[in-house]
Formats: sequence, C-alpha cells, structure tokens
Amino acid sequence: MNTLQKVRFVGKPLVFLLCLLPAALVVGDAFGITGQLSANPVEDILDRFGNWAIRLIMITLSVTPLRQITGWNWLTRFRRMLGLFTFFYALMHFLTWLLLDRGLAVDPAFQWAAIFEDLTERPFITIGFAALLLLTVMAVTSTNGMRRRMRQAWDKLHYSVYAVGVLGVWHYWWQVKKDTSDAWIYAIILAVLLGYRVWTRYRKPVRA
Amino acid sequence: MLINKPADIRQSEITSEQNYLNRRDFIRAGSIAGASVLAGTAFGAVIPEGERAKLPDVSKSAFSTIEAPNSYEDVTTYNNYYEFGTGKEDPYRNAGQFESRPWSITVDGHAEKTGTFHFEDFMKPFDLEERIYRMRCVEAWSMVIPWVGISLADVVKHFQPTSSAKYVAFETLNDPVRMPGQRRRVLEWPYKEGLTIAEATNPLAILAVGVYGETLPNQNGAPIRLVVPWKYGFKGIKGIVRISFTEEKPPVSWNIAAANEYGFYANVNPEVNHPRWSQASERAIGGGLFAPRKPTRMFNGYGEQVAHLYDGLDLRKNF
Repeated sequence: MNTLQKVRFVGKPLVFLLCLLPAALVVGDAFGITGQLSANPVEDILDRFGNWAIRLIMITLSVTPLRQITGWNWLTRFRRMLGLFTFFYALMHFLTWLLLDRGLAVDPAFQWAAIFEDLTERPFITIGFAALLLLTVMAVTSTNGMRRRMRQAWDKLHYSVYAVGVLGVWHYWWQVKKDTSDAWIYAIILAVLLGYRVWTRYRKPVRA
Repeated sequence: MLINKPADIRQSEITSEQNYLNRRDFIRAGSIAGASVLAGTAFGAVIPEGERAKLPDVSKSAFSTIEAPNSYEDVTTYNNYYEFGTGKEDPYRNAGQFESRPWSITVDGHAEKTGTFHFEDFMKPFDLEERIYRMRCVEAWSMVIPWVGISLADVVKHFQPTSSAKYVAFETLNDPVRMPGQRRRVLEWPYKEGLTIAEATNPLAILAVGVYGETLPNQNGAPIRLVVPWKYGFKGIKGIVRISFTEEKPPVSWNIAAANEYGFYANVNPEVNHPRWSQASERAIGGGLFAPRKPTRMFNGYGEQVAHLYDGLDLRKNF
C-alpha cells in the first residue's frame, strides 16, 4: 500500500473510531456498562461533550503546524474529519443543554423564553452558541462539491475555525466558577497554535 | 562523589501497616468505651471517632423536611470542598486519608467564655438532633440531606457573647499537608465564613457532626461543619477550627474571591441571578437523566423561619 492508501484504508477508519470513543463512553456510562455517570449525570454529559469539542478543535488546529514541521503532507487528509468531529461534539454539547438540562425533551413546563434569556443574557452561552453556528456553517460547506463551487470564498469562510478556537476557549473560561487552571491550559495551547501561524506568515516573504 | 546515606530507620523498627491499624482500632475502641461511660452519667453529645460510626441519642426535629433525602452515595461523592480539590468528586477521592482526630476548636472574641477546646469537650453540653434539610448550591443544583447536628443557637448562648458581638465568624483548618487542595491558592486559605448574631441564633442554623445517623465523612466536612439551609451551600463552612464573636462584619472567602458574584448574605434567591447564570431554577441531584429542573424557592423554602431577619434589607444589593 502506498501512503494515500494507508491513510484511506487504515488511518481514517482508525481516527474515526478513536474520535467516536468519548461519545461511546458517555453512552456506555449512561447505561452503566463502561462505568457510571456522576451524581449529576446531565452536567457530567454536558461537560464531557464540551471538553471533547475543545480538545478536538485544538487537535484540528494542530494538523497544519504538524504537517509543516514534519513534512508529513498526508496529515492534511485528516483535517476535515477532525473538524467534523469537533462540530459533532459541540452539537451534542448544545443538544444536551437544550434537551436535558434546559429540558426541551423532558420538561412539561419548558419555556422558549428561558432559553432565549440564556442565549442573550448569559454572555458565555452567547459566545458558545456563536461558535456552534460557525461550526455548523463550516460543516455544511465541508463537502468537495461545496469547496469547488465556493472557490476562494471557501477559504475565507473556513478561516473562521480560528474564531471558533478563540470563542470555544473563552466560553470554557467564562463558565468556570473559580479554578481556571484547565482553561489556562487550553488558552496556552491555542495561543501556541495561533501564534505559530502568525510567526510563519511574517517570517518568510509571501510568494506569488 | 555523592554517597547516598542509608535510611536511619531499620526495617525492623518500622511498624507494619497492620499493626498501625490495629493500634488505631485499639485506641478507638477504648475511647468509645470511655465515652459511653460518660454518656451514662452526663447529658449531651458523644461523638464516636471514625467514619460511619453510629451516633448515639439522636432526636428527631420538627424542622426536618418530609422530602425524601438523597442517597448516601449522592451526599458523599458530589461535594464542593476545595481543600481537597476543585472537582465535584475530588473531595470523595482525596479526603479518605484525612484524620479528623485529635481536633480542637478555638472560641474567641467578644464572649464571656473563650478558649481552645477538644472537640469532644466542645460537644458535650449539646444534644444531637437529626435535621433533614434542603441544600441549594450557588451552582444551581440541590439535594436533601439528613444531617445530624447541634443547634448553633445553643452553642452561641453557651459561650455567652457580650453586647459587642454582632457577628459570628468561622474558620476551617489551614493545613496544606493534610488538605492537599490548599497547596494551590484557588481561594485564600483558611476558608472563612460568617453570620450575623441573629442568623446564628435562628433555630434553623446547626453545626453538623453527622449525616444519615453516622459520623460525618471527611468529604462532608468532618468532624464539624456549619449548615444554614436558607443560604447557598458555600456558607456551610467545613472542618471548623475557630469560632469568633466579632463586632465588625467578618471577611468571607467567596466574597474575597469575587465580590461582584458572592455576597456576605448569600441567601437563596431566585430573583437575584448570579452575574453569569440564572438562579431561577435548580437541578435536583438524584433525579437521573430525564428529570426537569425545578423552580428555586425564596430562602430555599425556609422563608417562614428566616424572612423576618431581613426586614427592610434590600436583598438585591445585599445578595
């Protein structure tokens, strides 16, 4: 097998399964098979999906620097899948909040007004929702056909992945009650990943 | 050349873990036996040592709610006790080794009786009661907990505060060796809390020494902690080593950490939101995945007993 075949038949299925593992564990824990959810199961699920969305945006943003440093150009082939899994976990995080925590699916007294209040009056929720909207647009336009049709506009749109990184870490930071140590770690990783891009851009002259 | 010095304790001199544990059991059995002799002659609370030891002579209270308490597991695995870590399960995981004996409590400030007391002596004048209370955390979750404790009003009266005493201040043990969470300055250590004298002498306020009829597990604040059910949970200071009667309003930990988010009073109030989240509803722990949130009640449903304490006070400003 050549490199491209290895990526396609071994690498991609493997990465796909790995990315699915945290979600599988949530389901497994919910049914008491792989472990147990905490005493506050809704919060537990919410946190786990949210944490994996943040981790996956970091991993997605690592692909390009890693490719440039190592010269392993085949890494690019994983970028879309990682981006889509970021969207998947962010969406699951949002749906857990909407359906279970805020109760759209379980609460007879559910009120859209309360949801609207949360989205507009709690800045950390507004920020998280904005990140999800950007991810949704990028996920919808992630097919080969859309990329072809959108031409240069596609690149411009998909630069918003950087904004998603910033909004995601900000959203995480703002909801922490006091202990920001994990938020710091994500912020530092993000700063390195974005800083690398600024650095490479201004280091060498732009070629035509 | 550096030569490592051999350990100056011979292997044969080290007490085996089993012998060490036996020794503890021996002392524990002795102290319980001694204590029960005392209990026969004197009135008051006798607290056996060790986790999950049954508390004797606990009477019921009319202040208890009839709501079903949370499971022992919920009450003891989902806690905020930053002295043992900031995660909800950290206290359960990290507090197991904590030794809550010997323990002493210092009472000082504007009172006729002051001094430092062994925990056992401190407890003797008071009677144990079971108080099944709702607990509402500032993070918008809640539980129902069957505490065992002593009336804080009785404690305050016992030490005879003078007319200068306007507040009661509490402090947690400050010992980063035994409380690993204190090695990081997430909060200013030691943890501090306070009540007005009127709040401290309200019949609802208790110092809890047990839960579910047994001694308090370390993660719940062994050996003694405050419970004020009409206030957010962070007012319930754990592992108390100092009680002071003060004239000035004492500084309290979460207010020091973020004054715009946590006030001195911290009364449960569905109409005053946390700056970052709503306090209008709460998630009752133990409801499982598909339970809706429930509306939060003013003073956590204890308004009948405590609302008069705040007559004329703007609860929006004094949150």
